[in-house]
Amino acid sequence: MARRTTIPFGPQHPVLPEPIQLKLTLDNETVVEAIPHIGYVHRGVEKAGERMDFGQNVFLVERICGICSFIHALCYCQGIEKLMDVEVPPRARYLRVIWSELHRMQSHHLWLGLLADAFGYESLFMQFWRNRERLMDIFERTAGSRVIISTCAIGGVRRDISPENLQYILDELVVIQKTLDDAVDVVLNDRTIRARTVGKGVLTAKQALELGAVGPVLRGSGVAVDARTEGFAAYGELGIEPVTEEAGDSYARTKVRARECYQSLDLVRRAIERLPDGDIAVRPRGRPDGRTVSRVEQPRGELFYFMGADGSARLDRLRIRTPTFANVPPLVAMLPGCEMADVPVITLSIDPCISCTER
Amino acid sequence: MGILGKARAKSPWILHFDAGACNGCDIEVIACLTPVYDVERFGMMNIGNPKHADILLVTGTCNLRNARVLKNLYAQMPEPKAVVAIGACALSGGVFHECYNVLGGVEGIIPVDVWVPGCAPKPEAIIEGAVMAVQRMQERASGKVQPSEDESEDEHA
Repeated sequence: MARRTTIPFGPQHPVLPEPIQLKLTLDNETVVEAIPHIGYVHRGVEKAGERMDFGQNVFLVERICGICSFIHALCYCQGIEKLMDVEVPPRARYLRVIWSELHRMQSHHLWLGLLADAFGYESLFMQFWRNRERLMDIFERTAGSRVIISTCAIGGVRRDISPENLQYILDELVVIQKTLDDAVDVVLNDRTIRARTVGKGVLTAKQALELGAVGPVLRGSGVAVDARTEGFAAYGELGIEPVTEEAGDSYARTKVRARECYQSLDLVRRAIERLPDGDIAVRPRGRPDGRTVSRVEQPRGELFYFMGADGSARLDRLRIRTPTFANVPPLVAMLPGCEMADVPVITLSIDPCISCTER
Repeated sequence: MGILGKARAKSPWILHFDAGACNGCDIEVIACLTPVYDVERFGMMNIGNPKHADILLVTGTCNLRNARVLKNLYAQMPEPKAVVAIGACALSGGVFHECYNVLGGVEGIIPVDVWVPGCAPKPEAIIEGAVMAVQRMQERASGKVQPSEDESEDEHA
């Protein structure tokens, strides 16, 4: 019988932009067991959320994750608005959709690039990231900042998008779509990429549901669950169909994300087309009181906030459940049986965001 | 400055470590490598191996668990080396400075040469920080500045 070896994968590893450690038990080259060790980026945001007042918390929660900062702020603001009975003006709801979907697109571009880099496809990585820079330019032009755009506020949005900038976004989207077409064609049809992803890290629909997977990991296993179908912000008016793939392997998850880029392109275009006139924010009065939950769909899956308030300036409790936190148990179920060389790609296929997970 | 020093200035290799950042600074560090900013024109390359690295880019607030890893990485880098702390978190803890699991920045764990402020700093600022780090490294190699002493050896051990 072969001797078993334990190999630490991470916390500092070339394919991982963030620190997480997986202790892999190997039987020759095959993974028998994977145990995640976390705690490298824990900050204690939930506790800080009880110390700062509910308005300041918007700035705190958008710094939970720099990749989907707007969506964190959106989830928090929607929860507080629910507690304070604030009716958000229609224009603000559409602007929220535009920024959310642009964030989803840049996150998926980022991930598709990192995936290409994990195979050694450096040129493809550059193509995705060059395209992503166009999205970053849109953020800089509309919000003044590239990463943490800070446009979501309790009661609406902090900035309007001018008609010239809306036209600019539409023009840029044409170019982005063209580059995306070429790059996605390589990702989905290249023989080497297919050999490294098809049938690797399979998660069945039953397993995905039992382990509580969310987002593209769940939809890649054929389960049509997407929090956007709940109709928050303006998603109800715009209408959305969850993107699903049946196979449940790394390739299916890649395909879901690639198709979601097109879905986001479409949503941004339709939101701009139907963007109503009017105010962009209402001034909230009073203080939040009561308990509520808030759900939105992040690029990585469903984001869930629980908020408890007692009518004072500070929240009692802020509980944040992030999508990668939910996707780590499915990852641990995917790894046994795969080869050591496939571990980086399978780990990447859940699109891990460790700073979200540990908060 | 010998031939080795000149060669090093033309191609400083970079190691990036996330010590508890929100990803915002990290994606900006990676954005520096991509076609729009392209730090490879300065010969800079991102590598995963501390033994090959000249410049350490650190983002994030630091906590006790990753301070150990950060110290290890720094110790493994060959002299002359330089450290760039990127983002408000790496400078002071930023918005998280009051959190219970935050040491409040990179300084005090390893010596820092260049500070890049911002939340998140723009890639242009990060590139400028890295270029300043190369100058520091050159000064150190030519003996103008003494090699950095790790004064805080046991502070967070």
